[in-house]
Amino acid sequence: MSEQPTEKKAAPAGEKAPPGGLRRVLDEILQGSWLVTALAVVLALFFGAIMIIVSDEEVRGTFSYFFAAPGDALSASWTAVSEAYGALFRGAVWNPESSWNVATAIAPFSETLTEATPLLLGGLAIGLAFRSGLFNIGGQGQLIMGAICATLVGFTVQGPVVVAAVLAVLAGIAGGALYGALVGLLKARTGAHEVIVTIMLNYVAVSFLVWLITTDAVKNHERNEPLSKSVSEAAELPRLLSWLPEGGGSLRLHAGLLIAAAAVFFCWWLLNRSTLGFELRAVGANPTAARTAGMSVGRSQIMAMLISGGLMGIVGATQVLGTANANNALTPSIDAGLGFTAITVALLGRASPVGTVFAAILFGALQAGGRAMQASSGVSIEIVTVIQALIVLFVAAPPLVRGLFRLKGAGGSKAALASKGWNG
Amino acid sequence: MTATVLPPENLAPTGAGVQRGRLYGGIAMIVVGLYGVWAFGLGSRTSGVDTRFVLNLSNATGLTLPDLTFPAGPVALVLAVLAALCGAAKLALPLSGRRNAAVMGVFLLSYVLAFLVWAAAGQSLNLAAVLEATVLAAVPLVLGALAGVMGERSGVINVGIEGQFLLGACTAAFTASLTGSLWAGMAAGCLAGGLFGLLLAVFAQRYLVEQVVLGVVLTMLATGLTGFFYESVMQRDSITYNQALSFPDLEIPLLSKLPLIGPVLFDQNIIVYLAMALIALVHVALFRTRWGLRTRAVGEHPTAADTVGINVIRTRYLNMFAAGLIAGLGGVWLTIGLNISFNKNMAAGQGFIALAAVIFGRWSPVGALWAALLFGFAGGLSTAVQPLQTPVPTSFLTMLPYLATIFAVAGLVGHVRAPAADGQPYTKG
Repeated sequence: MSEQPTEKKAAPAGEKAPPGGLRRVLDEILQGSWLVTALAVVLALFFGAIMIIVSDEEVRGTFSYFFAAPGDALSASWTAVSEAYGALFRGAVWNPESSWNVATAIAPFSETLTEATPLLLGGLAIGLAFRSGLFNIGGQGQLIMGAICATLVGFTVQGPVVVAAVLAVLAGIAGGALYGALVGLLKARTGAHEVIVTIMLNYVAVSFLVWLITTDAVKNHERNEPLSKSVSEAAELPRLLSWLPEGGGSLRLHAGLLIAAAAVFFCWWLLNRSTLGFELRAVGANPTAARTAGMSVGRSQIMAMLISGGLMGIVGATQVLGTANANNALTPSIDAGLGFTAITVALLGRASPVGTVFAAILFGALQAGGRAMQASSGVSIEIVTVIQALIVLFVAAPPLVRGLFRLKGAGGSKAALASKGWNG
Repeated sequence: MTATVLPPENLAPTGAGVQRGRLYGGIAMIVVGLYGVWAFGLGSRTSGVDTRFVLNLSNATGLTLPDLTFPAGPVALVLAVLAALCGAAKLALPLSGRRNAAVMGVFLLSYVLAFLVWAAAGQSLNLAAVLEATVLAAVPLVLGALAGVMGERSGVINVGIEGQFLLGACTAAFTASLTGSLWAGMAAGCLAGGLFGLLLAVFAQRYLVEQVVLGVVLTMLATGLTGFFYESVMQRDSITYNQALSFPDLEIPLLSKLPLIGPVLFDQNIIVYLAMALIALVHVALFRTRWGLRTRAVGEHPTAADTVGINVIRTRYLNMFAAGLIAGLGGVWLTIGLNISFNKNMAAGQGFIALAAVIFGRWSPVGALWAALLFGFAGGLSTAVQPLQTPVPTSFLTMLPYLATIFAVAGLVGHVRAPAADGQPYTKG
């Protein structure tokens, strides 16, 4: 064991009890350097490049005579990888070949931000639960419940634009929050582990959704596929860039981004400036100490899951009311795997609201670029999932990254994410 | 890493907690039972008509049973009353352990039968087909749950069973199609699961990554890898890389001629028999052998195990690798066990259900078997009930096992307790 944790160094006398569970996670994460993150991205892209090379038939062909003419294989590999990653960059950030006007120039970045919006809200939700010592895998279920409530309000209310959209988003928040609070309640009252409860509630929500969109009151009778009625136009979130001339109407960026920005500020304020946030962090750091200090651990857990679920509910609302699906309606796959991607965003963003912003933009760029890459060079967008998972895996294990790059361990080489098990 | 002392509030419930569980559980069972009396026994659907249960598969060749035909109303009424009485028993009598489980079993069985009698009133239902669907659906769940049990008993939480399923399924279909050998496919699929398990163990133990997080991230990785491989290789030439293949059914002489269970249990392919053997093997090994004692010691109190000379880390690595082989077999079943070609994300959450089966089955192989059968049954049931046109949507039936799991972990059907060092990496000093 070369990577022994170096825990024994200089613990000032009289300091608090050894931090357990997620506290350690956060300490370590916050001390962790940007360097490790950057290297993790590089490593993940490197593995992605290998996958692109291996999956390309022409390149594989040149490798069959690698020893006769290694140049062929290398140049073919380089071409495949640079084409793919070039397309990814053009789809996510900047396309130098595009015609010169504002709308097309910012189109890639608009896509990136559109993709980043749900990731940011979801990352905040999971991150907030993390800080409170809870692992919310139930994003999918809370998102679905939020989406359901937002849709029901969205096609019922026929108000003026702002009112209808606001009501629908509020309904989404309520749906997600209640579904999340249920988990916190079970945890606080019975000790039921939130991981298992949330996984199960995900399936319950999916079954419920599948049933709901076949009922007469909700079903879209004009279509054959399982689809709910569309929300009224007033309830759709307005597009932010449609005023731009020459193609601004096709930019998908919508008001969800503003909600997400407000949510970032709210989470930052909650965690760093409010009494409730202090309690949440205290409970996350050390529940026993928090209880001794007179805080109600159960109440904090319920509140944490309530807020976390509420944020996930907004994701559900934006999935329906935003530009993610053309019909602005519920489908069985309305969650689009966001519940799980949000976990990786929160981990990469080190469970801090500001870090989550950067993580969400990075992952949003990968997704927007991944679609462009699939369209132009035929590389499956699944590679983006692999790259995202690898980034998080490497970030979670700094000693591995440091070892691979022969870096000296800056500070302890302790766990990035310490374990707590089912009983904790 | 110091083993931090866990705060007491989340550990075993106190006497009051058990009391409360009995109270709530008993009342819930009575309410549900009485609802059954009203809806199934006295409802209009069952009044004055007969229910017919068919007890043979359509292609059964051995001994057959006659169809059961009986008046629906009275039978459903009796069964639902029995279920309500189970609730009263739980409420009134201090039951523990085995007896509690027995009461729960009778409750579930009678209630489900009452439901079936009601659902099939005026029609007929093939119970043998439901049983077969149950067994087929339970195979991957029980294999995944066995893997989970082996890992967690040695102190490593494995949330990545879903990922192992996907890797096993993908590798098995690919290898079997490419080489033309199902056995090679099975070996490759198992190995893929094993390597995944080892990877998880290394990250958990050497890099001390939080294990639930790790399992989720590794599952994402496996989803992405198999999805990418499917889209960029397998899908482009499915005859070479992704055929629907399957092991042939092996009929076990005599046993397969038994009525009802014969063709369901003893006319299946090799993976089903392997699964049955593995349940028995792991159960005996875990509780009756030196390996099992060491595994459990490492999972409960690694420091003590280390003191008496057990290599904690090697035990965990070996267990996670062996467990991964079994989880991989679960993935193998999904493709070349069921004669299905690989598809993106085809495990569809079954790995997470297997994880629930680990906990529902209280970290024991036989418990996991019952849990897997319960989950499998719910799946088989909703398929079988669909054509009967009941007013209950099948989606609600599919929800039931998940709700049952929530009740289980909330302590309403008795408390569950994980191995003490589950999820904690071990470091000396």
